[in-house]
Amino acid sequence: MTIRILAIDDSPTMRGLVAAALAPEGFDLHLAEDGLDGLARLQQADPHLVITDINMPRLDGFGVIDGVRANPAYTSVPILVLTTESGNDLKDRARRAGATGWIVKPFDDAQLVRTINRVLGL
Amino acid sequence: MAPNDALRISFFEECEDLLARMGEGLGDMAQSLDRSDPETIHAVFRAVHSIKGGAGAFALKSLVEFAHVFETVLDLMRSGEMAVEAAPLHTLRRGHDVLSDLVAAARTGGDDPPQMATVLLELDALSDGSSDSAQEPFDFQPQTIDIFALPEPAAAIPDRARISVRFQPTPALYAAGHEPAALLRGLEELGDLTVRARIERVPVLTALDLAAPNIFWDADLLTSAATDEVAAIFEFVGDLATLDITTQPAAAEEALERPETAQVPAAPPPVTAPDPGPTNLGPSDSSPTNSGPTDGGQPDRGPTDSGPTDRAVTAFPVISTIRVNTDRVDRLVNQIGELVIAEAMLSQAMTNAGLRDDGDIVSSLEGIRQLAANIQESVMSIRAQPIKPVFQRMDRITREASDATGKRARLITTGDTTEVDKTVIERLVDPLTHMIRNAIDHGLETADRRAAAGKPAEGQIRLSAAHRSGRVIIEVADDGAGIDRPRVRQIAEQRGLVAPGAQLQPADIDNLLFLPGFSSKAEVSALSGRGVGLDVVRREIQSLGGRVSITSTPGQGTTFTIALPLTLAVLEGMLIGVGEETMVLPLSCILETMRPTQTQIHRLGRSARLVATRGEMVPILDLCDAFGFEPVQDQSQSVLILVECETGQRAALEVRHIFDQRQVVIKSLEDNYGSVPGISAATILGDGRIALIVDPEELVRHATADTLSFRQAANG
Repeated sequence: MTIRILAIDDSPTMRGLVAAALAPEGFDLHLAEDGLDGLARLQQADPHLVITDINMPRLDGFGVIDGVRANPAYTSVPILVLTTESGNDLKDRARRAGATGWIVKPFDDAQLVRTINRVLGL
Repeated sequence: MAPNDALRISFFEECEDLLARMGEGLGDMAQSLDRSDPETIHAVFRAVHSIKGGAGAFALKSLVEFAHVFETVLDLMRSGEMAVEAAPLHTLRRGHDVLSDLVAAARTGGDDPPQMATVLLELDALSDGSSDSAQEPFDFQPQTIDIFALPEPAAAIPDRARISVRFQPTPALYAAGHEPAALLRGLEELGDLTVRARIERVPVLTALDLAAPNIFWDADLLTSAATDEVAAIFEFVGDLATLDITTQPAAAEEALERPETAQVPAAPPPVTAPDPGPTNLGPSDSSPTNSGPTDGGQPDRGPTDSGPTDRAVTAFPVISTIRVNTDRVDRLVNQIGELVIAEAMLSQAMTNAGLRDDGDIVSSLEGIRQLAANIQESVMSIRAQPIKPVFQRMDRITREASDATGKRARLITTGDTTEVDKTVIERLVDPLTHMIRNAIDHGLETADRRAAAGKPAEGQIRLSAAHRSGRVIIEVADDGAGIDRPRVRQIAEQRGLVAPGAQLQPADIDNLLFLPGFSSKAEVSALSGRGVGLDVVRREIQSLGGRVSITSTPGQGTTFTIALPLTLAVLEGMLIGVGEETMVLPLSCILETMRPTQTQIHRLGRSARLVATRGEMVPILDLCDAFGFEPVQDQSQSVLILVECETGQRAALEVRHIFDQRQVVIKSLEDNYGSVPGISAATILGDGRIALIVDPEELVRHATADTLSFRQAANG
């Protein structure tokens, strides 16, 4: 089964880096440009895992987590936060909102892949 | 991580956008101060944040450090802990300049900008004491803070301990996307693991309470890892589960009885269920959903469930874009140009072959012509970009010039959405930079003089762009003292640019500023010494097919006006016959054509002639004579074309014929031949002949200026 991943980041560079890290692993990667775009693509991408940035225009990462969790079909899809933020308060907030994990940028390709595999139980 | 070059390039391109957005936002904030839109502050914050994130990925140390400090200050403003006031904004805008320089340096591998240290200190001072202590210093080494800590696989280490973990998730854990199997796998990486799923609390189906924690796991781990490493695996699970970790020394290895812990709620009487033994940790796609709907899964939970999501799509259509190498677009532009020529040649050939009467051919040809014109327009629109980025850069130039001269100046821009050909935009930076510096350095008065003149202490530089009659008009206007004409005249006379005592109109004196060699090096200021005069500005603009002109009112200020063609590739022109030659006159400058009666023409002196039209006397310029063509002896009456240049000066160009009006593709003469006075470029006509494109501006200037002879300026 091909694993579908929805990655949401407003930075084209970051989307590129995520794509560069994940595409070779055979993931079916869907990219979105901000929180609203991400939620809009949720149904179509039907992801097994969501990766989201925190600071984004229109709708931030917390909004993404809320939005994904509010969709009955995705109440338990793992959500990884990928951000430069590393404050504990923000992490707590993400956890309470329903995030599955928190990865601080810059990330290591191999570690990102391992974390994804881990979260997906692969 | 080995980010490839393409991503690096894309990062720097993104930085350009982000820096522009920041500049704009900071500019808005400087205007609105405490009335600033919070979203503007957020947007600036996000921009610098993205730069920091990307810079981290490419290990750009200085950029990350600077962006971090910058971001900290912005964060204070964003949270309302720091007032949006002029002083910190000034620092932030300087910081933005440094950030721009840092990005440029990172791109080219250059050194850190010299003012970085100073601005860094200023930013530090702003955030000092109030800086968020929870914010860890940014580590630009690639790192992952990992919920399921990923330690190196344990080597065979003698002092292994047995760690027992009882893991009892709440239904909320499943709702947050956690997979118990995945967590337990994390334990497996730490050592030898045995896991038992405890299902004794699972009631019979009819009594099943989905909201209760029905299953829990007991894990035994033989590991050399410390207890906190084990705990770290469950770090992000937090209060979503009850977790008990107990450590026994390795010696107690055989004692497999797990100690009961007080935190485990009193268990209901165990259902007689067989112990399933070690849990299968394979991929499980059923267990999380087994917990059924949870509090996190209520469809009415928030405004962002699937319904509103769909609406959001309609409200914010995502504009998709691609980045294309400009060479490809340029190639397309050239090819379209050739297509236009080919169409003209075909049309001509049809006429020559007498096929013009055939209705089908005519309409097909017209169809092709229309299509070519549409394609051309579409291609041009690809190249066209808002002039905004250049205007934004001028903001910095203004601040720097203002600091350097000690004169307070504010840049006001209008029309920055005006679209201009990309090549033109890039080449406008230098001339505009020079004109803005010039306006502040020479145009604006010092504060006390402004006060004496009853003007506000802060000088205004207005930078505007607009489309006007097929051209792009850019104006740089200051509200300074205006051109000191006696002084300009004095300098020009000293430098031998104009004969002493020559009759000069105010506009003529103003135009002296554009002469090569005028640049007044006598005035040493912080900004001069760059060796650039306005003549260079004029040359740059001319090389873009444009014009620059000047108007000045003493005491009220000076305005420089740049007029540029919309595109560099095509010109809407009128075909005229001059002597035996066919030439092209740009349509944009033509006011009217006329066949004057003798009573309208007045002679002045030996050879000068004027024509009375539109209530004024306009000098007549015989093009055949002006270009030194062989005069043609025929009795057909010549035609006058009234043209007006950007400064408003008019002249009547005398030609033999007016043939046609058409689009011509501009072929630069200077690349292949050299600059010819009065000629801006050449084109290829439908029949394959070459026609020179007349530069009416230059002609008009010389037709109207009696002080500077045509030849004299041509040599200059």
